[in-house]
Amino acid sequence: MANLKTNEKKSKAQSMGMHTEVLTGRTQQKFFNPDEAENFYYFGTYDVDFNKRTDLDVKDMTAPEANKEIDNLMSQGYGTIVIKNPQGKHSLGVGILNKLNLIFEGSLGYFGMGSCDGPIVRINGRVGWSCAENLMAGKVVIEKNAGSCFGAAIRGGDLICKGSVGARTGIDMKGGTIIIGGDAGAFTGFMMQRGRIIILGDVGINLGDSMYDGTIFVGGEIGSYGSDAVDAELTSNDQNWLKRKLKVAEIGENFDVSKMKKIVAGKKLWNYDNLEPTEKKGAI
Amino acid sequence: MCGIAGLIHRGRSSNVGSELQGMLQALKHRGEDSTGYALYGDTDGKNFIMRFKVGENVGEGSSSIMEDVSVYDERKKIVDQTLSEMGAKIVKEERVLPYSLRYEIDYDTKDLLEFSQKIESIPGVEILSMGKSLEVIKDLGNAKMVCDRYNLDKLVGTHAIGHARMATESGVDIKSAHPFWGYPFSDVSVVHNGQLTNYWNNRRVLENKGMRFMSECDSELIAVYIAQKMREGASLEEGMKESLTGLDGVFTYFVATKDSLGMAKDTMAAKPLVLYESDDLVAMGSEEIAIRSVLPQEIDTYDPFDGEVKVWQI
Repeated sequence: MANLKTNEKKSKAQSMGMHTEVLTGRTQQKFFNPDEAENFYYFGTYDVDFNKRTDLDVKDMTAPEANKEIDNLMSQGYGTIVIKNPQGKHSLGVGILNKLNLIFEGSLGYFGMGSCDGPIVRINGRVGWSCAENLMAGKVVIEKNAGSCFGAAIRGGDLICKGSVGARTGIDMKGGTIIIGGDAGAFTGFMMQRGRIIILGDVGINLGDSMYDGTIFVGGEIGSYGSDAVDAELTSNDQNWLKRKLKVAEIGENFDVSKMKKIVAGKKLWNYDNLEPTEKKGAI
Repeated sequence: MCGIAGLIHRGRSSNVGSELQGMLQALKHRGEDSTGYALYGDTDGKNFIMRFKVGENVGEGSSSIMEDVSVYDERKKIVDQTLSEMGAKIVKEERVLPYSLRYEIDYDTKDLLEFSQKIESIPGVEILSMGKSLEVIKDLGNAKMVCDRYNLDKLVGTHAIGHARMATESGVDIKSAHPFWGYPFSDVSVVHNGQLTNYWNNRRVLENKGMRFMSECDSELIAVYIAQKMREGASLEEGMKESLTGLDGVFTYFVATKDSLGMAKDTMAAKPLVLYESDDLVAMGSEEIAIRSVLPQEIDTYDPFDGEVKVWQI
């Protein structure tokens, strides 16, 4: 492993108390220290009041213009924003890093709600590909259907689609929960690394293909299992968690979770806990 | 990345030229090297409509070689002579652009193979479409530019498919632009978004069966593949279903005939498609914004799943 030495001159991040490093062997970083809270500043965030509400009609706006206006409204303290006439525009609502009640009265195109951290979003329509990609925290609820790559690479938060979703849902996800009320397409959970996916309906071929970790729960039929995806026992803890999660998600509250299938990684493709990179290379 | 769009009105006609222009223009960010329309207009069904070109658009961005415009006239003369020799009577003639022509032909035959082979044996001549209602119009530029150039916004019909192209594996020219005519079948056209990886293998097989390829664009394979399946007796839907295993790669494509419109999506669902379906209209495109250009109100749409094939009748 690299044996890096710290530079005597403190970086800006270090001087702000964001982390202290002892760079010998594996990097040890301490990013969050509650005692240093006053030193933290999350760029581009606002303190908003949920009771301060406004509408925003984006019919004649481009996506950057609409996003800029949302940012402007948050900077004025608006905590509940209703977006009118989104009309399938791409990349709406991206990069919101604070708490916010955001309601879309209509459908979004591709990359809606990407890279968000904290907002509570309700979309009274459909979403296109890659909705809520890289979501870190918060909750996004879609009332209708969603396109492919739904919740790609999310780190946290809850992503709920009450309808059906396309292929590769939860691809590369690293945390959080994705809940699908209808059916899901092929390669659901492809290369997922952590987190949970719940599908109440059927799911397509190659479910959980090459998944590293995480759990997938399926209520309907499975087209086929992907490489290294295997069945696991559905425990009472799982069932209790599923009931709670479906209730909170306002979806499938009366669904019989005891009949769901639980799919996890067989971990035969890789053993990342025990192998060094050079050993992994040799194992191919 | 390319964009495709299509719509079919069931039980009525509409201004499909203008509607498709709006859909394709909404997708222009997916590619505007060329744009193509396959429009199924309202006709009396008596005569064939032949759209053909006697040269290429050599304007800005074109990968075609510039020719002396006088050769276009020479080629047109030979086409006229060949038609006369085959007993085909030109009822109406329009020369939209120096290199692009539209003929209405009184010709009494169902086998267009021999007809097409004779016309296309003339160097520099390519039939873009042949049919009783189909008209394929394709040229360089975005949807609006092509629509304005060919006055397509007034065309009334039942259904249409179109393509906004970003050239990746073949030239920026009309011969590589979509839609492709399902040669030699009357009124069959195809548009495709994706990439076919067994193009050359399939092409060699189909050429040995007498089918013709005019470009090196992999998408042309779909039109020829489906046409060959139909030639062997398969229905449109059967041919499309066979293509899911016969064609390798990633694809979403549309096929249209005189009275139907179909879509197929590969088994990996790697290419996008959004679909709206009601009793009197089906509209679909690579992105929802294409559908929104004809249906701005809130509607229910969905993504077809992997390996899905659907066909609708007018």
